[in-house]
Amino acid sequence: MTTSAPNVDMAVPPRPSTGHGIEVEGLTKRFGSFVAVADVGFSAVDGRITALLGPSGSGKSTVLRMIAGLERPTAGRITIAGEDQTGASVQDRRVGFVFQHYALFRHMSVRDNVAFGLSVRKVGKADRRKRVDELLELVQLGPFADRYPHHLSGGQRQRVALARALAPRPRVLLLDEPFGALDARVRQDLRHWLDKLHRDLGVTSLLVTHDQEEALELAQTLVVMHRGRVEQVGSPEAVYNEPATPFVAGFVGAANVLTGRVRGGRLQVNGEQVLWDAAHIDDGSEAHAYIRPHDVRVSGSRENGGSLPGVLERSKDLGWMSKLHVRLPDGQVVIAHIPNEELGAHQPGDEVWVDLRNAKVFAPGEGDGPGLADPDLGADDAESAATATAAG
Amino acid sequence: MSAVRERTPPLETLDLDARSGNHDARRGRRVRAAMLTAALLYVLVLLVAPLAGIVVSALKGGIGNFLRTFTDHDALHAFLLTFLIMVVTVVVTTVFGLVVALVLARDRFVGRRFMSALVDLPLGVSPVIVGLMAVLLFGRGGWFESFFAARGIQIVFALPSMVLVTTFISIPFTIREVVPVLQELGTEEEQAAWTLGASRLRTFFRITLPNIRWGLWYGIALSAARAIGEVGAVLIVAGPIQGQTETSTLYILRVFDQSHSSLQDQAGYVVAFTLAAFSIVLLIGIELFKRRKIKEAGR
Repeated sequence: MTTSAPNVDMAVPPRPSTGHGIEVEGLTKRFGSFVAVADVGFSAVDGRITALLGPSGSGKSTVLRMIAGLERPTAGRITIAGEDQTGASVQDRRVGFVFQHYALFRHMSVRDNVAFGLSVRKVGKADRRKRVDELLELVQLGPFADRYPHHLSGGQRQRVALARALAPRPRVLLLDEPFGALDARVRQDLRHWLDKLHRDLGVTSLLVTHDQEEALELAQTLVVMHRGRVEQVGSPEAVYNEPATPFVAGFVGAANVLTGRVRGGRLQVNGEQVLWDAAHIDDGSEAHAYIRPHDVRVSGSRENGGSLPGVLERSKDLGWMSKLHVRLPDGQVVIAHIPNEELGAHQPGDEVWVDLRNAKVFAPGEGDGPGLADPDLGADDAESAATATAAG
Repeated sequence: MSAVRERTPPLETLDLDARSGNHDARRGRRVRAAMLTAALLYVLVLLVAPLAGIVVSALKGGIGNFLRTFTDHDALHAFLLTFLIMVVTVVVTTVFGLVVALVLARDRFVGRRFMSALVDLPLGVSPVIVGLMAVLLFGRGGWFESFFAARGIQIVFALPSMVLVTTFISIPFTIREVVPVLQELGTEEEQAAWTLGASRLRTFFRITLPNIRWGLWYGIALSAARAIGEVGAVLIVAGPIQGQTETSTLYILRVFDQSHSSLQDQAGYVVAFTLAAFSIVLLIGIELFKRRKIKEAGR
């Protein structure tokens, strides 16, 4: 895996390149003076799903469109299946592209939509029919072959779009926020369905999404993007557990952000409390610690030297777990997600001790992400509480 | 209309006197009935009555006389000329209208707004002035007169100038109808076709054109109707010479101008009737196209 990305997680097993898949090097796109994509590099391994994850405006869709040939890069190199495609026309790249808003041909039936790419590629009538039937079977839309797109639901339309993209046997499948226009329930169903489909077909796929849950669930490799740059490339576990930058720590999974000062190579929060190792940051400077809400323990007594005292402000039962807000003496708030069976009998107003594990310490200069915001934002329902801060 | 419907009794009278609410509702109904009557009368008197008059006048001399007009050399020539001008106008405004509409809807360039405004110019300029402009350019002493005269091509008082002014006047219709449809359509379907391997040309004919067809037909029908009815500009540039540069509308104009007999008058009525009938067929087409267009946009 060769890449110019600033933070490559070497824990990802770097499968030897088989000459397939997608490789991107130094990809840059400028619109006038605005740099939408800056020096992006990564590889999408053959037969796997790779997710380009980032907030809106991070340049991830532009990267995808450049790979498809719908946008011309200002600089950089794009290789598909071992062939340099940087200057190739969109028609010659043989990629399957799935748009967020389906982009089905509204004046054609479902069958004609799926057959379009085949007739363009001059597939014979009998073969075309066979392939279309095969694909409609695959996306479970056989009975809808003669319907028109406006008769179908959003989820059905996106399945047609997928069948249409797959029909001419593309070398790679590019998906641009494919579930972004669908409601939560349908999105869930389609995600599972796509996962299964991918396991059956094994087509190299690149998925653009702002939904970290989607990326974590579907992809074998994540490419986290922010402000046109790659923040981290790695497996979902690596990105989640070992975020390379504060942005990744805050964007992938929710995080408490505690501000402190580095003294003697350790971060001090709440006055003189000695906490985490921060040897990589200059003594005396300010730094931030990122802690996942589920890595916080709350107890009535001091558990160890790293525990901090606080006052329980609020406790909210979300069914299978509770969300606790603890205010530290210096005014900072820590949010804890605790399974209900491990929850002690704490009442709001009680003095408690919080034990913070797996903290990642970053200097403020390392870039700021959404994690610096209130970690409570967007995490108000049980579904997303375990993960999201900035997904919305 | 809506102002009448939205009229509700003031809040305080609602509590105190329910009858005043009834009174208002009665008055609202009366106003609406009056407006309906006015609208019906307006349409009947100004639109239906003249049409009926033409039908009656055209058929007054009997069906024999009615049909005889179509064997008259001058009338026949006028029909053919009108038809020819209409066809050329429709072809030119459709092809170039599509190009201009695509540019206006899809490209962002300096002067786009100016171009968009310029396209509407023919709607605001009197046809007579359009005719005059053509004469100034191509007539005796005009900028381009010597160029064409040297090559033996007659522009003014001949077919070229008549087609030219009619086309000029019909330019806005196709463009005005197609641009919003293109904007509504967006470019994603076209991009999807490209990723499936379709060339730009194929994409235009297989994806773009079918999606804008009803808007385009609507624009074409409007252009055709406008081309058939044109008289002012054509009158200035045509001359007109009887049996040569005389369109149907100019034929009608001349017949009533020089008429000495009711038979001649009737020939005018018959031509007028035929033009009106053709326009009505076009109008029905326009109405149908418009409905399909709206239905399509609603998807």
